Amino acid sequence: MAPPDTPQPVLDDTAPAGAIDRRFALDVVSRAGGRQMLRCFACGTCTAGCPVAEIDERYNPRRIIRMVLTGLKDEVLQSEFIWLCAGCYTCQERCPQGVHVAEVMRTLRNMAVEEGIVHPAFKAQAELIRGMGRIYEIEDFDNKKRVRAGLPELRKTVEDIKTLFERQKVNERLG
Amino acid sequence: MSDSGNGNKRPYALYLGCTIPARVQHYEIASRKVAKALGIEFTDINDFACCGYPIASLDARTARLLAARNLALAEKAGCDICALCTACTGSLTEAAHELSQNPDLLESTNKDLAAVGLRYTGGVKVRHFVRILWEEVGRQKIEAAVVRRLDGVVLAPHYGCHYLKPSEAHGEFEDCEAPHSLDDLIGWMGARPLDYPGKLKCCGGGVLAVDEKLALAISRGKLRAITQRGADAIALICPFCNIMYDTNQKKIETIFGASYQMPVLFLPQALGLAMGFEPRDLGVQMNRVPPRGLLDKIGLK
Repeated sequence: MAPPDTPQPVLDDTAPAGAIDRRFALDVVSRAGGRQMLRCFACGTCTAGCPVAEIDERYNPRRIIRMVLTGLKDEVLQSEFIWLCAGCYTCQERCPQGVHVAEVMRTLRNMAVEEGIVHPAFKAQAELIRGMGRIYEIEDFDNKKRVRAGLPELRKTVEDIKTLFERQKVNERLG
Repeated sequence: MSDSGNGNKRPYALYLGCTIPARVQHYEIASRKVAKALGIEFTDINDFACCGYPIASLDARTARLLAARNLALAEKAGCDICALCTACTGSLTEAAHELSQNPDLLESTNKDLAAVGLRYTGGVKVRHFVRILWEEVGRQKIEAAVVRRLDGVVLAPHYGCHYLKPSEAHGEFEDCEAPHSLDDLIGWMGARPLDYPGKLKCCGGGVLAVDEKLALAISRGKLRAITQRGADAIALICPFCNIMYDTNQKKIETIFGASYQMPVLFLPQALGLAMGFEPRDLGVQMNRVPPRGLLDKIGLK
């Protein structure tokens, strides 16, 4: 039997097997914007001011932060809600504990991508950027229109972006 | 022209991003006209590409690298950056801020940039065009350039989120919970800036590609609030906010069974009208909802 002053695990080991992954919380904390998350006292200021949560209850930043800290890896990374953040930073600016809420949402998306879960909307945008260096195609027609309006012509493709994507192994992430 | 910190004036490279040249040329046309008349010189850098913003959800490091590539191009040309899109402004500003704070990150970024023959040493200033108008051109010069005051016109300012936030990266140039740069500029044109509930709320554009109805529901709140309070138009500063309120307005009206017919002007278009340009010179014919009532009020058709 362990002596009475041995520190006890903080997380509950009696939860259903596979549901909780303690390393997940620590992994998020070690990444961009994650460190401050440990200060969260779940006041809900993030959710109260969120333009998405106001309309759609699927998205609730306070709940997501608690899920991450609890270690609910699969439930978070496989969810649809991590893709619903509009990225407006209202939560982050208002958090009384300085939690980088919006940055954490971005980090969670990046982690989902590492697990092979890529939202099709972002995948499509990335493929366009890989091909042309931009999201919208500039055709000869557009450049003619620009010249007529007294605007400088634009390059149709910027090859550098392909090189940088390859270097960063973005193509493999896109699946 | 901007002050680079060592007392030398550096020109601004005009950063257009993806959306403006393809979908909202009127914003570019109006901004170039207004800038020229106010003595702001723009350099065009043909190699500029994506700011990185759309990639951040997939891989924030690649997004930062794409932003850094543009910063390096500006540095090579001896320029600071003037952006018209708030998402581009935010992406480039965040990258410039992070790279200035973290020498290891700068070094690893430069290893990647070497693959495309570029290097960034730091110090490129990123500014939204409207911030330059407010901060560097200023009240005196703008009021002196106004020859057709927009008296009696009510404009609802819409601050794009990434114009101000994250505030730390933007150097907290104004309080993101109580900004007034757009209100000030509207006042300098002779128009009245409208105060309204939800003034600082996001347009919803960030979720348009993920859940269209949700995004349009977010935009709808603002259209409703400013219609009830008698705005003649929204004045905004981001192509994506414009897509939400102008391009998608009819769709919002259809989905939610409402009627707004609320004109949406880019702030430089409104300023251009006040500076005596004709609507056609400012691309007003390309605005989806025609600002007829507003033009009537200032004696134009």
